[in-house]
Amino acid sequence: MIEIVRAPIRVEALIDAVRGDADGAVALFVGTVREHNAGRHVLRLEYQAYDEMALAEMRRLAEATREQFAVSGIAIVHRVGVLEIGEASVAIAVAAAHRGAALDACRHAIDTLKRTVPIWKKESFEGGEVWIEGQAGDGPPDQS
Amino acid sequence: MSVEVRWFASLSETVGRSDERIELAPGSDVSALWAALVARHPALGALGYRPLVACDREYAGWDRALDGVDEVAFLPPVSGG
Repeated sequence: MIEIVRAPIRVEALIDAVRGDADGAVALFVGTVREHNAGRHVLRLEYQAYDEMALAEMRRLAEATREQFAVSGIAIVHRVGVLEIGEASVAIAVAAAHRGAALDACRHAIDTLKRTVPIWKKESFEGGEVWIEGQAGDGPPDQS
Repeated sequence: MSVEVRWFASLSETVGRSDERIELAPGSDVSALWAALVARHPALGALGYRPLVACDREYAGWDRALDGVDEVAFLPPVSGG
């Protein structure tokens, strides 16, 4: 399950998608909209994706993560559009025989997603709005 | 030859559009395309950083030749998650 969605993310669906009877662990990461950032009171976030490329990068990430950590299943869902405080913007579920691999793979997947997948967020706060953009000038991200 | 250019996030606001088509001399690379785009959108000249580049939806370097490439996207540093 690799998806970009505009509706609320149902995390149970990711767990169901990855878990198999040979698995003893499912690690789940859920990123949520925080009410404060850089000293500002955040009202909401608006996410925009380069959909076709983002999906391709998410598929590439899932495959690389599955191989590197020898986990059995991985699901990645990112939501776009306007999100309110507390809503889930991204969810990643990883199933494995044992918890160590599942947790390590899940951490790797979200850290890599935040560097490589072409999605951006615009923050609305009291008094204005601004695109939140990562570190500039690093050249193309590596594909690990 | 011509390529479709796509803009995202703050860059789409800098140029005031999300996509456009541009004619280039055969053999042009991404750097030549960027120079043509800066001429068309002078605000890009004051950007202060070099965007990431994707050719046909894969990350590419600024020396990538554009022959055979249909779509080039200039990407601000990503901030998903």
